[in-house]
Amino acid sequence: MAEVAENIQNIIKPENLVYQKSPVLTDKVMHYCPGCSHGVVHKIIAEVIDEMGIQEDTIGVSPVGCSVFAYNYIDIDWHEAAHGRAPAVATGVKRVFPNKFVFSYQGDGDLAAIGTAETMHAVNRGENIVMVFINNAIYGMTGGQMAPTTMVGQVTATTPYGRDVDLNGYPLKITELIAQLPGAAYVTRQSVQTAAAVKKTKKAIRKAFEIQANKKGTAFVEVVATCNSGWKISPVDSNEWMEEHMFPFYPLGDLKDGEKEDPEALKMNV
Amino acid sequence: MAKVKGAVVVDMDTCKGCNLCVVACPTQTLALHRNVNGKGYHYSYMENPDACIGCSNCALVCPDSCITVYKAKIA
Ligand SMILES: Cc1ncc(C[n+]2csc(CCOP(=O)(O)OP(=O)(O)O)c2C)c(N)n1
Ligand code: SF4
Ligand code: SF4
Repeated sequence: MAEVAENIQNIIKPENLVYQKSPVLTDKVMHYCPGCSHGVVHKIIAEVIDEMGIQEDTIGVSPVGCSVFAYNYIDIDWHEAAHGRAPAVATGVKRVFPNKFVFSYQGDGDLAAIGTAETMHAVNRGENIVMVFINNAIYGMTGGQMAPTTMVGQVTATTPYGRDVDLNGYPLKITELIAQLPGAAYVTRQSVQTAAAVKKTKKAIRKAFEIQANKKGTAFVEVVATCNSGWKISPVDSNEWMEEHMFPFYPLGDLKDGEKEDPEALKMNV
Repeated sequence: MAKVKGAVVVDMDTCKGCNLCVVACPTQTLALHRNVNGKGYHYSYMENPDACIGCSNCALVCPDSCITVYKAKIA
């Protein structure tokens, strides 16, 4: 045992460091439940900002939902928005500061329910912003009510017998709708439940910020995520539930990869 | 032949015991400690320190960025 401890001390040296907490994250302990996907996505955004060297030039717009306090954790400038209005606020911020990197960070209740209009119109205008969309199929903050994204049959506080399409409608694939809009440059759906998935999501978020730098249109990154408290299962079981039930309906991958439509091509002939 | 050997340092005060790192580790290095931290969580620790290969999988999936990873070539 003593020998093992000695070996470890030989490895734990600055020159052997391969991974540490991003310097763009603050020292505040996150208020999220143990195992919540929000923390993983915050970390990825912080790492991308650090690697691109844009900490001084990035402005986040935080939503209403569990991630309302995102501004406590990622050490950049932030603007808080009213529920669902983050894309509208981000539009204003980006137009006032066109040389800054501006992104919204929103849950599915925020982006795909109360904020559907702001979401669709911001993308349809082709605003040069990044939108990060955390789809955990439920309203986490308010105690686990049904969201538009809740799966058919999924039990929530407001669907105690499971989501019933006749009563509650179909789950909303808002990312598929967004991919149809001419203002969208890059639309992708990712996840963060494994190390490989985390690396892919990081690439996607980096690409989204690069698209913003090149003024190609709106870059939209959905992350299919878990809310283990709302789902009332453990974090590990939540990842399995997500893979089994959400991935077939919300398939991962790029939905659009290009740039917004050329307005000249759409002009009337007069 | 030189062997690659890893080690992790878990911040036991900020760990919330979610268990995601334990499941993500390909070498069964990690486990949740039987003791709890100041917040009452069973924190993650290296139960089999010899097994760690320094792949960083545990740290990548950690929502609270509690894990620092080191890797060295051992002669
Ligand atoms: C105008 C307004 N309506 C309703 C609410 C209540 N409310 C707070 S958070 C939330 C939903 C959050 O769900 P989601 O966006 O999915 O985020 P999560 O908490 O799951 O991360 C609601 C309905 C509010 N704060 N303001
Ligand atoms: S309620 Fe759900 S979304 Fe909110 S912090 Fe807890 S696990 Fe995360
Ligand atoms: S670095 Fe890799 S091998 Fe070591 S504890 Fe983490 S996941 Fe396991």
